[in-house]
Amino acid sequence: MYEFVSGPLFWISLAICVAGSIYKLVTVIKLARKDKVVLPYMRLSYSMKSIGRWITPFGTRSMRLTPIFTAVAFSFHICLLFTPLLLLAHHELLGIRLIHLPDPVAHVMTAIVIIGGLFFLQRRLLVPYVNNVTYFSDILLLLLVMAPFVTGFLAYYQWFDYRTVITLHMIFGCVMLVIIPFTRIVHMLFFALTRAYMACEFGYVRNSQDW
Amino acid sequence: MGFKPREEVADQGIDKRLEELSLEQIEQTINKVLAAEMNARMTAYLQTCVHCGLCANACHYCLSHNMDPKYAPVGKVKDTVWEMVKKKGKVSKEFMRTAARIAYTECNTCRRCSMYCPFGIDIAYFIITTRRICHLLGIVPQYEQDTVNSHSATFNQMWVQQDEWIDTLQWQEEDAQGKIPLARIPLEKEGADIMYSVIAPEPKILAQLLANASIIMTAAGMSWTMPATDGWDNSNMAMFSGDFETSARLERLHHETAIRLKVKRIVMGECGHAYRGAVYDGPKSNSWMFPPIPVVHAIDFYHEIITQGKIKIAKKFDKPITVQDPCNVIRNAGLGMKLREIMKATCSDFRDVEPRLGHNYCCAAGGGVINCGPPWKKDRVKGNKIKAEQLRATGAEYVVTPCHNCHSGIEDILKEFNVHMHVIFFSELLVDHCMEIPEHLKAKD
Repeated sequence: MYEFVSGPLFWISLAICVAGSIYKLVTVIKLARKDKVVLPYMRLSYSMKSIGRWITPFGTRSMRLTPIFTAVAFSFHICLLFTPLLLLAHHELLGIRLIHLPDPVAHVMTAIVIIGGLFFLQRRLLVPYVNNVTYFSDILLLLLVMAPFVTGFLAYYQWFDYRTVITLHMIFGCVMLVIIPFTRIVHMLFFALTRAYMACEFGYVRNSQDW
Repeated sequence: MGFKPREEVADQGIDKRLEELSLEQIEQTINKVLAAEMNARMTAYLQTCVHCGLCANACHYCLSHNMDPKYAPVGKVKDTVWEMVKKKGKVSKEFMRTAARIAYTECNTCRRCSMYCPFGIDIAYFIITTRRICHLLGIVPQYEQDTVNSHSATFNQMWVQQDEWIDTLQWQEEDAQGKIPLARIPLEKEGADIMYSVIAPEPKILAQLLANASIIMTAAGMSWTMPATDGWDNSNMAMFSGDFETSARLERLHHETAIRLKVKRIVMGECGHAYRGAVYDGPKSNSWMFPPIPVVHAIDFYHEIITQGKIKIAKKFDKPITVQDPCNVIRNAGLGMKLREIMKATCSDFRDVEPRLGHNYCCAAGGGVINCGPPWKKDRVKGNKIKAEQLRATGAEYVVTPCHNCHSGIEDILKEFNVHMHVIFFSELLVDHCMEIPEHLKAKD
């Protein structure tokens, strides 16, 4: 089991993630080419300006209005993306040598993902206008995103049965990879596209700003 | 959480037609529209929205109702398009009644929410798609449908007949001559630089604005004309009812009238949605990438003639005054700083609003909402307390609203929330209080 999960399953999941992502992007771009009011109005400069604003913490009024959410959301996403990519244990498993995070840093970053996830969870349950649009799938998705981090944490400290926990950790990691293109996590891929379209609609067409 | 359900509102346009519809008709229409609209934008938006609710902070309805989830933009999408997609069109009549109410009376398509959504999702597009479905089903608020019927039959919004139109222009020309004896409203002057177009409520109920236009154009020495034929009305309620065919016909005639008159550009009166129609929705629906004739909004035009010295300011208005940023010309056209420049050029005690420019709160009247008429007035006014409070905080006695919808909407909310403020157009400020009549145009004894 461990051998399969740490080897073939990972590569299969990665392949599904990459192929699925390419498929999703190609499909939507192909659709966009059919839509006469999208591509003719797209301009790189307006897109980059707006995306730059929206990936800068507190770069927009929306973010400044909700400072706690902004701080949590940025930390959550940065840690979510970079902890698995820059973790020494992951590099060793794959047999690659890359710049990696010192253990204590990776540790804090993992904790940030878990705390951030819990923050989103309480928001989903307690804030009426978020709760109103929260479906079971939203909660499940959040738990699935947190799962590799929780199990990673447990594995590091060797709490519970290490072998079981690390196997679960790898399974959740693979699940995470597979669901990226096929669930709402696809926002990771589409963010730049939807933002760029709105940026051009506001900037190029309407001489205005979308932040 | 103690949020009250919506109070029942009767509207013949929606209720009666719903009785006649079958569930199959509803299902087929929804699926037809959604299949046609399942383009890149809709697909990406549906998959990308993470249900975070950040757009709630943007909407004046939500802010005015203590963050009631049903008024959050994403809540409105949930109760319209999401549900239609999920159920593949198999929705109840009651669902459609609420969907029509949300789409026509609880969203001004002002697009503020797109500036608060991290993904820039065009939530107004979902609302407009819902309106399209409602239009095809024939469940449109009665008053709104009446204006669209007028557009369809007369090419103007208020059943104004051609003789009435010409007669009103001549009457207002005479009024303008009370101030400047040489003032004219030149009709059908081929080759003039400017075609001036207005919305139909001007000749119908606010005729003095036509005299103001004549005074300003004459004093600034502009070469201008107005059409005597259909095509003079630049308003477009069909764009908001979901009747895109009528909408395209109106915009096409408006531009073709300017082409027929061989003018260099269209200057339009103080109206926001008309600008949206003429510059964005109209050209696209007629397969023009951009307007075939340049369209200049009144704010831009006043800015031009004031900064170029074609109009001189004799005396600055000295009472405390603030301003409304209409969504369709500020958030959606970037004229905010020009508006402030002309306010400062004409007023000595200008008090800005907060939030301002593209982030300003909507008037809650535009996007066809005020055209839904008296049955929905209470909802509309109650849904914009935040705007009344924003204006009250300026301490101003006057507010300039360079848009007809904003003008009427703000008058209503000021009355409801006891804010004592006069609502005026910029042309009234200019003509009644500020501008200098050039010596050579003054009446001689």
